[in-house]
Amino acid sequence: MSAFLKLLARNQLALAGLIVMGIVVVLALLTPLLPLADPDVTNTPARFTPPFSEGAWLGTDHLGRDLLSRLMWGTRLSLAVGFAAATIAATLGAAIGIISGFYGGRVDNIIMRFVDVLMAFPYILLALAIVAALGPGLMNALIAVAAVNIPFFARNIRGITVGIAHKEFVDAARLAGLSDAKIILTEILPNVLPVIVIAMSTTVGWMILETAGLSFLGLGSQPPQADLGSMLGEARNALITNPHTSIVPGVMILIIVMAINLLGDGVRDALDPRLKSGALNRPLPATLVARPAGYTAPAPDGEAVLQLAGLETQFHVGRRTYRAVGGVDLQISPGECVGLIGESGSGKSVTALSIMGLVASPPGKITGGSVFYKGQDLVGAPYERLRSLRGRRVAYIFQDPLATLHPLYTVGDQLIEAVRCHRNVPKSEARAHAIELLRAVRIPNAADRVDSYPHELSGGMRQRVGIAMALANDPEVIIADEPTTALDVTVQAQILTLLDDLRRDRGLAILFITHDFGVVAQLCDRVAVMYAGRIVEDGTVDDILAAPAHPYTKRLMACVPELGGGRRRLEAIPGLPPVVDNLPDGCAFADRCDKARDACRQGTIPLDPLGATRRVRCIDPELQEASA
Amino acid sequence: MSLALKLTGLTKDFPVGKRLLGPPRAVVHAVQPVTLDVETGETLGIVGESGCGKSTLARMLVGLLPPTEGAIEIEGEALNAANPAEFGKKIQYVFQDPLSSLNPRKTIRQIMDAPLKNLHGMAAPARRKRIAQIFAAVNLREEFLDRYPHEFSGGQAQRIGIARALAAEARILILDEPVSALDVSVQAQVLNLLADLKTEFGLTYLFITHDLAVVEAVSDRIAVLYFGALVELGPAERIFNAPRHPYTKLLADSAPVVGRDLSAPEGKETELPDPLNPPPGCSFAARCPRATERCRAEVPVLEDKGSGVAAACFHPLEG
Repeated sequence: MSAFLKLLARNQLALAGLIVMGIVVVLALLTPLLPLADPDVTNTPARFTPPFSEGAWLGTDHLGRDLLSRLMWGTRLSLAVGFAAATIAATLGAAIGIISGFYGGRVDNIIMRFVDVLMAFPYILLALAIVAALGPGLMNALIAVAAVNIPFFARNIRGITVGIAHKEFVDAARLAGLSDAKIILTEILPNVLPVIVIAMSTTVGWMILETAGLSFLGLGSQPPQADLGSMLGEARNALITNPHTSIVPGVMILIIVMAINLLGDGVRDALDPRLKSGALNRPLPATLVARPAGYTAPAPDGEAVLQLAGLETQFHVGRRTYRAVGGVDLQISPGECVGLIGESGSGKSVTALSIMGLVASPPGKITGGSVFYKGQDLVGAPYERLRSLRGRRVAYIFQDPLATLHPLYTVGDQLIEAVRCHRNVPKSEARAHAIELLRAVRIPNAADRVDSYPHELSGGMRQRVGIAMALANDPEVIIADEPTTALDVTVQAQILTLLDDLRRDRGLAILFITHDFGVVAQLCDRVAVMYAGRIVEDGTVDDILAAPAHPYTKRLMACVPELGGGRRRLEAIPGLPPVVDNLPDGCAFADRCDKARDACRQGTIPLDPLGATRRVRCIDPELQEASA
Repeated sequence: MSLALKLTGLTKDFPVGKRLLGPPRAVVHAVQPVTLDVETGETLGIVGESGCGKSTLARMLVGLLPPTEGAIEIEGEALNAANPAEFGKKIQYVFQDPLSSLNPRKTIRQIMDAPLKNLHGMAAPARRKRIAQIFAAVNLREEFLDRYPHEFSGGQAQRIGIARALAAEARILILDEPVSALDVSVQAQVLNLLADLKTEFGLTYLFITHDLAVVEAVSDRIAVLYFGALVELGPAERIFNAPRHPYTKLLADSAPVVGRDLSAPEGKETELPDPLNPPPGCSFAARCPRATERCRAEVPVLEDKGSGVAAACFHPLEG
């Protein structure tokens, strides 16, 4: 609750709305206690007294009734009717929506078609029809306004409920023996409640206006009872001669509706998880770079097509700093496949995204090191330079092809766009090239498949399209971030073979990110193992898999069952990886390592060479090579 | 040994393209008749690729989906009216995604209370005691009980999921990809925990996964599903070492294994059969190097091929 208020207060307009609304509500509540004139007592001789007169601050109306008193009582009534209508509409609408969404099928179909019919009428017409049927009166106006708004709530809540009703926790509740009614009340309702509140906060102002509209037409509150709408309606004839009679209720409606809407927007922003996570803040086109002053890039290695030198990437969230990548050195030569292996949170994906400045900023920031592409430092390079290289020289393949392909364009259109983005070729030529690319990734019937939409393809086929897109501009480096994790084993074998053939045929350099040692063993030449944002060990795949030097690598490999090993107990690593906003001194693995001693928890442990081709970040490696 | 679970001709069809009145446009046979016995104390692994019907089968076993045909017998008692509350005391489910199986707006204690209260009608002090016991069994601290699910890592959340399943006092657990959302180091912790709990409480497991190495490491017997049908069933130590069904062999050859050269075991590009238009004979025939005319016309049935392995194939491989 306090977090909610804090978020709300960050939006100053919403805070202003909250304060204004608070004052109005308090005044409305206190009205019966205030020393006001009777709002309904007429005094025709004193009609149309101008404002700021003796005994009538806001003047009087056409029957000489005190406007201040009528305004206060009217506001009280209008607010009460508006809130009551909103509550009724929200309760009934949410109930209908939840039932419809929860049961689905025929129940859903019938309810929603009925709601659709209601929504097809203009709301004011529907409200007028309801009042005409029930007869004028404030209660009936309230019913009409509530009824008109039920479909809005029903549709909104149904959509959310459908999503929640298929969540696994609902199944779990069924298995725990809960009845449907209990599931709706204890599992579904708490999860849709924020949405109901959001919908209410943004519609309450609208309902006050609608009620005022009906009263204005004489269908709501009946004389002599005052509400804001009927006050406006009665003042209509004197609009020119005595404008204050209209202005007083008019300004009040303006204030209330403005304040409620500002507050409602604030409530929505504070409650909506998407807005809270900042997802609607568009990230910058390239990751921000904040290297320490006086940073001088080391001399690049001549052979490598891509070289990372001391790369550091951090995320600044609130007061916390997450050191996702804490100084990574890595190089890839043409035609080489380097595996980057690690568990989730080890920083392997952030490393990959940092190369081309693709880490979302804010909150991401490259805080040190360099990325050399053929000797040029890409960190801090101008955006245009990065853009010309992205996809052209360095291309990415991501884990989930369904999420990376646009669902509304055919795969051909997307490939053509990828080609034409970097090369000025006519569309027909780009299309021919797209078909050629699909053939290159061995999609059967490429000429037909080019016009398919992503959802028409199987997971394996989609990932082939993802690879085709990466190949579109003959890149020199492909960064593949778990490209086969979401695929079945038989499909994975095909995709891995394809990548392997492509790299041999085209001399591609591949940075292959994965958590699977089997995949690394089959595809990669060298491998680097990451833990808590740092490389703990690297070297050739054969060496490392045969004899891991870092205790983490050794124990991680022991965790993974291998096919053909038979039934056995696995060697688990106790504990969890450290959170990268609070890394310990020394070795990040020390707390989980059975060889750890005091020296492991001090200073920074360097990535030292071990033999000619290996490096390991451990003061007591598993392997004491004589040639080291 | 007594039987924990007996499935007889269990089938599930899904109508596609429902109309307001009249029959649906088409029917997908998600699970074709499955007949299977699971002994008490056994771990039966169920493997298959996405879309093979393994989750549909699992959901039928716990009563979340009513079977179209066939019967489920749990510990000798027939349970046919798909009623999770009745199933819940005998058989429980551990979900793949540990976080989405916990209601984000409930504390762990409320989540743990639900099966105790609704299935067993326990009073508050009894529940408290029982939860403490279960939490000790799954190595979770009791102070976690007053927190909300989002405060936990995947491995911890999965332990909570397992604890909830244990709370119902079911003796059979369906584990639906229980470790595939977890990191490898945590995966091993959870697998070992499951093994310990099995011995401690005398549980029977149905372990569903797509990870061949994991299933081999934990199972006594393994069932291979392809396209909704059981194609091979046999002891875990034999099934991938000496596969009889060509599909099992394809699976075993596709798994990335350290020290084996990369090669796609299937040369040509193949796609799964269309569920709306299934082939008349063996559904694997189009991908199978050994397929003959008979395979394309006739559906093979699961039968014993010797040494305890059953396969649904006319031309099984040599064991």
